[in-house]
Amino acid sequence: MFEISPAEWTAILLSLRVAVVATLVATPFGIALAWLLARRDFWGKAVLDALVHLPLVLPPVVTGYLLLLSFGRRGLVGGFLADHLGIVFSFRWTGAALACGVMAFPLLVRPMRLSIEAIDRRLEQAAETLGAAPWKVFFTVTLPLALPGVLAGMVLGFAKAIGEFGATITFVSNIPGETQTISSAIYSLIQTPDGDAAAGRLVIVSIVLALGALIAAEWFARRATARLHGN
Amino acid sequence: MLRVDIEKKLGEFSLHASFTSEGRVIGLFGASGAGKTSLVNMIAGLLRPDRGTIVIDGETVDDTAAGIHVPTYRRRIGYVFQDARLFPHLNVAQNLDYGRQMNRLAPDPAQHKRVIDLLDIGMLLDRRPGKLSGGERQRVALGRALLSRPRLLLLDEPLGALDEGRKLEILPYLVRLRDEANVPMVYVSHDAAELRQLATQIVMLKQGRVTSFGGVKVLT
Repeated sequence: MFEISPAEWTAILLSLRVAVVATLVATPFGIALAWLLARRDFWGKAVLDALVHLPLVLPPVVTGYLLLLSFGRRGLVGGFLADHLGIVFSFRWTGAALACGVMAFPLLVRPMRLSIEAIDRRLEQAAETLGAAPWKVFFTVTLPLALPGVLAGMVLGFAKAIGEFGATITFVSNIPGETQTISSAIYSLIQTPDGDAAAGRLVIVSIVLALGALIAAEWFARRATARLHGN
Repeated sequence: MLRVDIEKKLGEFSLHASFTSEGRVIGLFGASGAGKTSLVNMIAGLLRPDRGTIVIDGETVDDTAAGIHVPTYRRRIGYVFQDARLFPHLNVAQNLDYGRQMNRLAPDPAQHKRVIDLLDIGMLLDRRPGKLSGGERQRVALGRALLSRPRLLLLDEPLGALDEGRKLEILPYLVRLRDEANVPMVYVSHDAAELRQLATQIVMLKQGRVTSFGGVKVLT
């Protein structure tokens, strides 16, 4: 009964690849942005903050459509990247990763930002008096102390990315083996007459992945507290 | 040698201090709110004076007229805070080694051993700061500052967070430090008895002004 077919495996592996790439690429941007929002005051900060959270509240189909307009083959950014760097997003798995990365970004940034805000800045001052230049302070004190939050953000972002549906299907459609992730596979299966069993299996896989990610995020959060107390 | 001549406004409070000292331990004495910590933070470069100059060991680290402000990490100072501020994610040995690594100094096992023996912290090396007592934490903080090989050591009420018993436990280490470590110090305290034991020169601060300057006898 619980036999996963090759076609389902394709969707699962594609989802994993899309989510892993989306998370890894989004992480450095996420850390930089989290630091900026936690530590700097600048003109337009509120706007930037709102922009980061936009995918959370915008209908996913709108985000997907905006991605299609800007990163599609004829879009301003998409055209440039395709012509000059040979990177094509539309109807490719890379486009799915981009859509998932954008949708996951607010969830990825939030725990990172909170953990950077929680760091005692006097520790960074102490590092400076010991001869550490600002970038060294960041890599030897700020980032290690924020690491559990960074990992928690990555886990949450990954969980969101692996379940993303609306923006992905709008932007890169639903092509088996190229852009058909678990979510779009389930969507197709429940529209075919005898797809229920297969859909059910993928539903269970989704639940297991999401639960695993949430438990992992919780575990990292607890590690963060222990770390900040020096145990 | 330390030469300070600065002015700084902090809200309603204004700090105006000027003194030159060759002393081995300069005791900065005054009630809380007299501006001691602000003054030390300016020497450390954590706070920028509105006007004036600070010269450490012949190097001008602040000169507002000439637009000089050497950032903290290039001042080669050591700073022991009242609350130790050990890095919680590093163990004691890694905390002690931090300054040497940041300044890209070659390892100096003899100096390392000397400081560890001086402060009696050899048995704490693989512990995390969270597992240390207040007095132990403060000794490690002293060691950490010393091992970055500073040319001036700033101590801001290093005994302030400790109870009376712990103070008496740390004081002898500070006396040994003064006599053996060969680093000039600025020692901030509101406790005249403490300064009488440690300082060789006193700068007395009252409401942001230097009211007297001289040997320890100005404390009486």
